[in-house]
Amino acid sequence: MKSICLYFQVHQPFRLRTYRFFDIGENSLYYDEFQNRSIVRRVAAKCYLPANQLLLDLIKKHKNNFKVSFSISGTVLDQFGMYAPEVIESFRALANTGSVEFLAETYAHSLASLRSQEEFTRQVNLHREKIDELFGMKPTAFRNTELIYSDAISNMVSQMGFDVMLTEGAKHVLGWKSPNYLYQSAVSGKLKVLLRNFQLSDDIAFRFSNKGWSEWPMTAEKFTGWLNALDPNHQVVNLFMDYETIGEHQWADTGIFAFMKDLPGAIMKRTKFSFSTPSELAATLLPLSEIHVPYPISWADAERDLTAWIGNDLQDDAFDSLYTIEQKMKNCTDQQLLNDWNYLQTSDHFYYMCTKWFSDGEVHKYFNPYPSPYEAYINYMNVLSDFMIRVDKACPTDSPVVVLGNTP
Amino acid sequence: MRVLMFGWEFPPHITGGLGTACFGLTKGLAKHNVEVLFVVPKAYGDENEEAIRLINASDITIDIKDEVIRKFWEQITYMEIGSNLIPYVGPEEFAKMISESSEKSDIHTNSILSSKFEFSGKYGTNLMKEVSRYAMIASVVANNNRFDVIHAHDWLTYSAGVAAKMATGKPLVVHMHATEFDRSGEDINTEVFAIEQYGMQQADRVIAVSNLTRNLVIDRYGIDPEKVVTVHNAVEPTDKSAFENIHAGVKEKVVTFLGRITYQKGPEYFVEAARKILARDPNVRFVMAGSGDMMNKMIRMVAKLRMGKRFHFTGFLKGENVDKMFAMSDVYVMPSVSEPFGIAPLEAIRSNVPVVISKQSGVSEILTHALKVDFWDTDALADAVYGLLHYKGMQNMFNRYGMAEVNNLKWENAAFKVLETYLSVVK
Repeated sequence: MKSICLYFQVHQPFRLRTYRFFDIGENSLYYDEFQNRSIVRRVAAKCYLPANQLLLDLIKKHKNNFKVSFSISGTVLDQFGMYAPEVIESFRALANTGSVEFLAETYAHSLASLRSQEEFTRQVNLHREKIDELFGMKPTAFRNTELIYSDAISNMVSQMGFDVMLTEGAKHVLGWKSPNYLYQSAVSGKLKVLLRNFQLSDDIAFRFSNKGWSEWPMTAEKFTGWLNALDPNHQVVNLFMDYETIGEHQWADTGIFAFMKDLPGAIMKRTKFSFSTPSELAATLLPLSEIHVPYPISWADAERDLTAWIGNDLQDDAFDSLYTIEQKMKNCTDQQLLNDWNYLQTSDHFYYMCTKWFSDGEVHKYFNPYPSPYEAYINYMNVLSDFMIRVDKACPTDSPVVVLGNTP
Repeated sequence: MRVLMFGWEFPPHITGGLGTACFGLTKGLAKHNVEVLFVVPKAYGDENEEAIRLINASDITIDIKDEVIRKFWEQITYMEIGSNLIPYVGPEEFAKMISESSEKSDIHTNSILSSKFEFSGKYGTNLMKEVSRYAMIASVVANNNRFDVIHAHDWLTYSAGVAAKMATGKPLVVHMHATEFDRSGEDINTEVFAIEQYGMQQADRVIAVSNLTRNLVIDRYGIDPEKVVTVHNAVEPTDKSAFENIHAGVKEKVVTFLGRITYQKGPEYFVEAARKILARDPNVRFVMAGSGDMMNKMIRMVAKLRMGKRFHFTGFLKGENVDKMFAMSDVYVMPSVSEPFGIAPLEAIRSNVPVVISKQSGVSEILTHALKVDFWDTDALADAVYGLLHYKGMQNMFNRYGMAEVNNLKWENAAFKVLETYLSVVK
């Protein structure tokens, strides 16, 4: 049996407002309510609501042979609650079909896995509770922020009781190996690993509407042709992408909805593939071999590494400064402070400080509310300065910070 | 390729960016084997002639009985000069110049039509007369030399450029370093505007020092966009190691404004930003280096705000003192209201000083590793300065990438674009 694993990431950060240094110590309104509300409402109208309806129709039409999985960050769930509660309802409708798996991740879509096992675990548990509360499901599959994965992270994920984890089929990790099999962690044999087929995933996520692409326009027929051309021994094709691909990154007028509508039927009719969710795959397939990933990988940019979030001086200073208060936050019980602590850890804040886009990343620019990484850094540091003052007032006790070995 | 170039000043006798830019450009052109005949109103004899042959307009004799000359002179009307005319010089220095040159100008007023004329080469009360006389001499120089193209820098030399074109039929390129709108805001001198506009209309190509200036030339002067090209300025590499060990004598961080204290440079926005920063963080010192017609107003403003003990004025700085000032600074701010290019931030970056510049400056078009704010947004300006002073993550980035970026701005590259412009008009 051959499987397609269709998985979507749903995430929006709490974007910060322009927070000047004279706001420090004066007010603690960090988030750009207007921008966050309008983005969530816009994407809900263009993507989340119509795409959820489409998937619901497909599941009904194909009598539960069509399956999808989601990981929905805590920050976007909170924003749905505030600005677009109907989106939560529509995800609940999907959950009730029984054909949809919800994955766990860090609540704040954070980079905590790179810094602190304790904080990482806290955030994952927080997210698990949220998914259970909203959709009545206890996730058994895990997806780390932006598919970040390493041996050390797989160990922590396994310890939290997950059976399977998703990551990127990064060329520099796989070498000659194919992503189209189930693998297992080299350091924690219990944890299965699913690898993104970036070629076929990006054909949909990035290239779909590119008229300069030799394969444009893409059709469900063409896509099934590529699936049939794969090595017959391959077990699984993992199509992992941002959910916003449908209707937001690829606008409705590109034909993305029609394509997604046709695809499941075409796959089931013309190929030997059927649809599965990550936990089903982990339960039914045997891992082909182990994968070793000593240095963290991700699905970002051409490098498939962490340089979109950490590595330059701006990012490292902000990241290090943020985690100097980790110990203090453990003693914190103030709900507002805990919320801010979560939201300030969201990886997007560090992504905005990336300097790689000076040379290439059009993608970075598209997602960046700041005119330059320097503005992003200053604004974040202003907010963080105020937050640290509040934390110092509320939770004065401190103990030495334990830094994990896998800190880059 | 031979170029007949008209300038108003040439190092070391300069009052501002124009002479420096001309010098850099001619050196860059020399690297592309372009010969430059550089005409100045007054040569002192100690100019750096490594890249050019200098022609001293004061040495040129004209025959006033010549029909052509007489006719040309009749076409030129000249007027007395008002303070706004003066590029790169504030009224304070202007007043000094007037007093220095007043006796001389008396002597020369009547001799302007004599066969030989001693230019002051400055920006004195006789400026318009000198501009006209310079144009007249230009046609003589043009007739006596062999060249392929004429290149005139700023409005002072546009009439000369046009005269040379009329005399020889050679193509004319005019170079816009600053427009009348940059110098005077909306309150422009209409005669200068007219000279600028006429010069650009007669020119085969107009070179603007930034896209900002290019747009201004197209929108406000109605010049055909097809013939206006942007060539950003560059900087001369210099050795600043002599100043590496200089530190400020104060323990506070130093934030510096360096430039003429005039409307164009936006000094009051710097004072306002300083007020906002000091209200939150008294451990910063602000320095306003330079002089100009708004200096006294700024001093009164600082005193009224009671920030005198944290806000300092140095007066006009030049040469080594400029480098020292940069060496002592932690942040350089250029809040210009209108800045066609703005070379000072590049010098700051070369001295490892991070810069905050206004978006209304031409230099912001080419600098990536700088913080850019609207000049009127003093909140953003204050915030940028505060961030640079307090958040250490940026320091390394600015030092490493900013320096590399500035080092890549070579006159050789700018000169290549100028050469391409020449080639596009030479038949």
